[in-house]
Amino acid sequence: MTFELSHYSAALLFALCASTVFGITQRNTPRDMMRYGAYCFALFAVGVIVAAWVMWLIKH
Amino acid sequence: MANPQNTATLRESAANDAAPASGSMVIIAPIAGWFFPGLGHIIQRRWIRGLLLMLAVLIMFFAGLGMQGKVYSFNTGDLLDILGFVGDVGSGLLYFVARTMDWGAGNIQRAVADYGTKYIVVAGLLNVISAIDAYHIAIGKKQ
Repeated sequence: MTFELSHYSAALLFALCASTVFGITQRNTPRDMMRYGAYCFALFAVGVIVAAWVMWLIKH
Repeated sequence: MANPQNTATLRESAANDAAPASGSMVIIAPIAGWFFPGLGHIIQRRWIRGLLLMLAVLIMFFAGLGMQGKVYSFNTGDLLDILGFVGDVGSGLLYFVARTMDWGAGNIQRAVADYGTKYIVVAGLLNVISAIDAYHIAIGKKQ
């Protein structure tokens, strides 16, 4: 079985799983876990877009 | 004015919640957490956390395999290959099943397969973080 993902959706799936683990393991209360998980996810998602634009600018 | 007896009971209850688990749990929880994702939390009755950790690591591992990522075998060659093996072993049982079933041969013709390789390595590393968290719960450092 093969799994077809675009580059961005692969990055988002990665971000979702990693931020879930980061949120649960790095904070103590459920509320803080959710907030930190969401924060990490947002950083991942925005970071990918920023990195993509930086690479585009370097190329051009 | 608060009843001193009730206050004492509440204090005792709070102390019990934060109390470290038994001595054997300190050893068993991180090993169980490494062996199967989320198990270290589940055996300490952190059901939701354990389930979420299990899902996160399983999804990453099997998505990596689905993207035709590579599962590293033991090697003494290139440093990155050695580190890849160390990361993969962090998945515990999943790694050994994948090796036994001969999954994760890799595919250098697909760009996404390289993502898959990274997914599998990171699944192992996230599982190690989860196992350490299970240990912290067992010693009472975390609720």
